[in-house]
Amino acid sequence: MPETPPPVVPAAGRAVQKHPRAVRWMHWINFPLLAIMIWSGLLIYWAYDPYRIGWGETTLFEFFPGWFYEALGLTRQLAKGMAYHFFFAWLFLINGVLYVLYTAVSGEWRHLVPDRHALAESVQVALHDVGVRKELPPQGRYNAAQRVSYSAVILMGAGSILTGLAIWKPTTLAWLTALLGGYQSARTIHFILTVLYVLFFVVHVAQVVRAGLPNFWSMVMGYERPEPAPTADPFADAPAAPVSPDPS
Amino acid sequence: MSETPDERADRLRAEALDAPTISEPEFRTRSRRAFLVTGAAAIAGVAGWQYLKLGPQDAGIPRLLRNSHEFNEAMWEPLISPDRLAPTFPRSAATMVRLNGMIGLRSPLDPATWQMRVLGPDSTLLDVMDLDDVKRLPKVEMTTELKCIEGWSTITHWAGARFSDFAALFATRVPQNLPYVGLATPDGAYTVGMDMASMMHPQTLLAYEMMGAPLTGPHGAPLRLVTPVKYGVKHLKRIGTVRFMAQRPQDFWADRGYDWYIGH
Repeated sequence: MPETPPPVVPAAGRAVQKHPRAVRWMHWINFPLLAIMIWSGLLIYWAYDPYRIGWGETTLFEFFPGWFYEALGLTRQLAKGMAYHFFFAWLFLINGVLYVLYTAVSGEWRHLVPDRHALAESVQVALHDVGVRKELPPQGRYNAAQRVSYSAVILMGAGSILTGLAIWKPTTLAWLTALLGGYQSARTIHFILTVLYVLFFVVHVAQVVRAGLPNFWSMVMGYERPEPAPTADPFADAPAAPVSPDPS
Repeated sequence: MSETPDERADRLRAEALDAPTISEPEFRTRSRRAFLVTGAAAIAGVAGWQYLKLGPQDAGIPRLLRNSHEFNEAMWEPLISPDRLAPTFPRSAATMVRLNGMIGLRSPLDPATWQMRVLGPDSTLLDVMDLDDVKRLPKVEMTTELKCIEGWSTITHWAGARFSDFAALFATRVPQNLPYVGLATPDGAYTVGMDMASMMHPQTLLAYEMMGAPLTGPHGAPLRLVTPVKYGVKHLKRIGTVRFMAQRPQDFWADRGYDWYIGH
């Protein structure tokens, strides 16, 4: 076996598969499911909404100000919120389990799971993306920041399921609730994870916009055309300058 | 041999390209197909959502979702067992529960003349009990966490008689294996339906004390249901009627769109 793999060049003119069909379906199914879970979660949270960012008497931000609930129509629908939440939670769970199984069995996990350089490199990616750093660290299909965040969001999904079960069945699953620090602690973690999904979503959408349409479209249809190889002669495509006649 | 940075960079690049490729015409075909399939899936998703919102409703909740409550109930109920206890806490952690509802308590009450009617499945009157009758049953004390459906919770100390001890008084007079118990305030304004497994749970009490003192009026004097296997909405205050039932009893909050079972 050669110790270094032979250099790989993309087949000229051919589009490369970026996202297998199963991953695309599960990704796009997850999007409305998570939206419904967050919306119905807010209908539930409205009924008891003590969380805030602050200390002592000082509050920097409260979750949430009254106008927020009013603007989004989230008030007085606890029963409805619970009904939607406990139905769509199953679909969210099934979709998440299928995704983990698929990536594990198909080998897709190799593209996604961070290696030991990923944490340091994801900082470099972030510095690059905000314009502080010029070069990107080496990457495969996903850069280090993508690997870290796409793996973290799956762990967050598992966290939401576990904290959700702990507050849904705190007697039947009393051991789980205790493991998560008790009923109110589990509820707080459940809420923090939701805030993190929203932050993930904001950054994710911003990055997709930045990456451009072909990248977005590859999440829908699976393939991405190769980027045109840089030509050796930057003037090669320039129209030949007319040869001026010899001044006479 | 460990990988040099250059080897790692090459490997990562190779991994990214280690995938099927397609020709430009195939790309266009698949692109068009993906556009149509995505459009159809999006329309199907929106249609499903509209069906939920505009289709058959039950107390303002899509019927499909209410039925899923029963799926959840069927899934969790077998796990309710006398051995699976709600956590208990040191008594020092206990505080008074906040007051969160006066439905069924608006009429004046004279604790001295209060009585509880016990009915069989066919509504025959089995017994009329006063507080002393309940207090003759073994007294149980526990410090458990009451969870309100709204999301707040309070650790409180309770004392009362186990419902299972109370039910044993009628063991010979009601059919075996009745699945439900219905409870109501004396004015009938507040009702609670309970499954028998949860009622027979050792932490389900007919409680007459909170924090070491007799229940106050707003907390359900003289006798209320306390059960850490259910949300606070099932902790009916000022019990007027207890009925052993074959059919699923009416429930005030279930009539208003909440899950009937709503178990922990």
